[in-house]
Amino acid sequence: MSETVISVRNLTKRFGDFTAVNNISFDVYQGEIFGFLGANGAGKTTAMRMLCGLSYPTSGSGTVAGFNVMREGEMIKRHIGYMSQRFSLYNTLTVGENIKLFAGIYGLSKQVTAKRSDELLARLKFSSERNTLVKALPLGWKQKLAFAIAGIHRPEIIFLDEPTGGVDPVTRRQFWEMIYEAAEGGTTIFVTTHYMDEAEYCSRVSIMVDGEVRALDTPTRLKQQFNAGSMDEVFRMLARDAQRGE
Amino acid sequence: MPGQWMKSFACWPAMHKEESKVMKNNLFALVKKESLHILRDKRTMLIVILIPVVLIVLFGFAISTEVNNVNVAVVAPDRTNGVNDAVNRIAHNDYFTFCGYINQDQIDQQLRSGKVSAVIVFAPDFDRRLEQIYAGLPSTPIIQLIVDASDVNSAGAATAYMQEILLGTASQQAMFETRMLFNPQMKSAYNFVPGIMGLIFILVCAMMTSVSIVREKEVGTMEVLLVSPMRPTKVFFAKMIPYFVISCVVLIIILLLSYYLLHVPMSGGVWGIFSMSLLYVLLSLSLGLLVSIVVKTQVAALLLSGMVMMLPMLLLSGMLFPIENFPKFFEVLSNVVPARWYIEGIRKMMIQGSPFVAVWKEFAILLGMTVIFFGVSLIKFNDKLE
Amino acid sequence: MNVIEVNNLSKSYGKVKALDSISFSVKRSELFGLIGPDGAGKTTLFRLLTTLINPDEGSAAVDGLDIIKDYRKIRSRVGYMPGRFSLYPDLTVEENLTFFAAIFGVKVKDSYDLVAPIYKQIEPFRKRQAHNLSGGMKQKLALSCALIHHPSVLFLDEPTTGIDAVSRSELWDMLKNLKEKGITILVSTPYMDEAFLCDRIALCNEGRILGIDTPQGIIKQFDSRLFEIRADNMFALLEAARQAEGVVECYPFGQAHHLVADDNFNMHSFKEQLGTLSNLTITPTEPTIEDVFINLMKQ
Repeated sequence: MSETVISVRNLTKRFGDFTAVNNISFDVYQGEIFGFLGANGAGKTTAMRMLCGLSYPTSGSGTVAGFNVMREGEMIKRHIGYMSQRFSLYNTLTVGENIKLFAGIYGLSKQVTAKRSDELLARLKFSSERNTLVKALPLGWKQKLAFAIAGIHRPEIIFLDEPTGGVDPVTRRQFWEMIYEAAEGGTTIFVTTHYMDEAEYCSRVSIMVDGEVRALDTPTRLKQQFNAGSMDEVFRMLARDAQRGE
Repeated sequence: MPGQWMKSFACWPAMHKEESKVMKNNLFALVKKESLHILRDKRTMLIVILIPVVLIVLFGFAISTEVNNVNVAVVAPDRTNGVNDAVNRIAHNDYFTFCGYINQDQIDQQLRSGKVSAVIVFAPDFDRRLEQIYAGLPSTPIIQLIVDASDVNSAGAATAYMQEILLGTASQQAMFETRMLFNPQMKSAYNFVPGIMGLIFILVCAMMTSVSIVREKEVGTMEVLLVSPMRPTKVFFAKMIPYFVISCVVLIIILLLSYYLLHVPMSGGVWGIFSMSLLYVLLSLSLGLLVSIVVKTQVAALLLSGMVMMLPMLLLSGMLFPIENFPKFFEVLSNVVPARWYIEGIRKMMIQGSPFVAVWKEFAILLGMTVIFFGVSLIKFNDKLE
Repeated sequence: MNVIEVNNLSKSYGKVKALDSISFSVKRSELFGLIGPDGAGKTTLFRLLTTLINPDEGSAAVDGLDIIKDYRKIRSRVGYMPGRFSLYPDLTVEENLTFFAAIFGVKVKDSYDLVAPIYKQIEPFRKRQAHNLSGGMKQKLALSCALIHHPSVLFLDEPTTGIDAVSRSELWDMLKNLKEKGITILVSTPYMDEAFLCDRIALCNEGRILGIDTPQGIIKQFDSRLFEIRADNMFALLEAARQAEGVVECYPFGQAHHLVADDNFNMHSFKEQLGTLSNLTITPTEPTIEDVFINLMKQ
């Protein structure tokens, strides 16, 4: 196996008496598409926040992109990309302005920004849309653009939060092709989603229930292990007995 | 969509008979739900109650142009009976503090250091020259008032008031006589109370009603309410009731504070003030309704009722600046600001002691405006989403 | 008898044609699914049928009543759950339910038989404010509120968006029960895998209906040969397969890629052409709703 880009041991997060994330340990390897699933309230969001350097664990240890999750949140943030369905781009800025903005946020120089934005637009076949307001783009285009921008600073890991919800099947495939291409180029993709058919696209999948990781393997092996026809069934078997709601 | 509206009202009578009981029940349910929203949002509730209290106390005491605790020094070469008499009047007045006699050359230093705000200089042989004035003989001025005018309003008020007190010295024989009617101490709180009332009710009624209606559009509950058999106009009436009640409570608080804390006379009769205020509350509610029909988001509702309604009402209602001093254009414009008429009417009843009948014009204008705003909202109102 | 009858319904917002001459019908006690991505016009269709907006062209009837002329009558007969769970977040579970009963002019106990199987699951939390409920519980409460007046038609706009797989399957079970009690249900979802839970479905995209049938019938519309291909390097496989002879198209499909083939396609020559890829496998496979959708979109 190639090198690990995320490696966490016994990660725990408590809020008062409530243990949101309980002793989770796993590794994610470079170039993997890692699916991170969980029921509502399973602790998925809390875990993801710790991995993105947005909050520090109560206890445990680990590294993300080579930085300590217990201390180096700021460094982690600089070496990851993030895209969510809810927030990704500024609607009132043009395509080009959005690219410049995010390049600026990650401190890219003018020359690098210009070069990468040309590349990015060419690859998406968006060059003619540089001065279009993001608001005017169809949803599928926005998603693709958002993903490309999340990688503008060449992060080691890109976190995707329910990336393809509500997108039509054709655009959705184009989106996954972009993800495959990025993974092929060595970027690690970390996907959280409610949707099990999205999980089928991942190289490996972990399922969280009640703050713990209850299963972790390739979708094919998980289906075999649980004797299930789809990831949806696997998930339901694991999450049916969940003790807590949101 | 007036056609739409007409159509929906056409089936009123038929519905009315068979469903009147149900109707009553669901109106009650709506009002109850609305009250729960308000009661659960304790912070907003607290603000609504606290704002009038804070404003009254603030405007009443702190930000006032009122003459209060003015330190006065006196320069008098001869301390004659006339001088003593005049100084006593000043010293015994609640609004002035007599700080003692000083010499001519100390005036500048005393004023600059802020130890005193005013100095009264009596002419030498004051008594004799006063006699001359009494006798109707020509005379040069015999009293000089030197006032620290860094606060122009207070200085003006203090000067006017001191003149009045000192003129008493010259008694009936004085060349002219100034009398401050209705508000002889020039207490600014008197003037501010009607203004604050005009402001508060717009805030509570227009702003809060419009925000609470628009919130339902944002959350999506409006869609469900519209798809229910209930007439949505009723949703709006139900929204108005709790805010009407809150406004009454606020009105009582304001009146009690004004009467007991600021000693506003209210000589025109409390009931007149009450009726006028309730009409104004209805008008503000209709304005809120209109805003909520026009806008789609809570932020827009706040901006529209905040900026577009509050600003002109602060600036053009005569609350801060007297309307007589406006340029012609703004004077004309101020006629369409409801608060102008309300504040004028309340001022007449609260301070001038006019009876209710004396403000019939203001009342009629407000009534007309209410009918117009309410009518327009009913016509504009549409039980569809577009 | 058709409970929902839609004829050439069109609706535009400015230049955007949200609905472009749509026609379909739903029979009594049918569970009918509108399946399509965001922007397909599903919400617009719901708003038209629940009489919240008027169409530009065309006509529609719900329970035999015209959506323009008889809109008031329709409103007392339908239950509607808009896209976002429209509950009052600051009211408790119980208060929400009582309130919605009151505005429909009914008492909670009158229609308790219908609501009970759903409401019982959230009754232990009846004193909890709605914003403190989990996504699944919010949805159960919203459904209870939409059913409280015993509607004959139920409109659910994307009820499964944003909730987890367990709550989603619970919801579909509830819908099945309601259908058996004679309620006609029109439900929308962007998730293709939910199609098989409906009696009949309409696939929609950009304001048009691509196909209407039973889920099985829809699948039958797919008349090309379909294969599932895998290899160690999936991304290289995708690029290579598209160049191969007889391949109409190839796209990612979960763990494998799906390959649509024409008559010239031959499995052996395909394997030979892609000989450099390690662990290449190709097996014929059955199309899914998503394959049909992709196929219809490309036409």
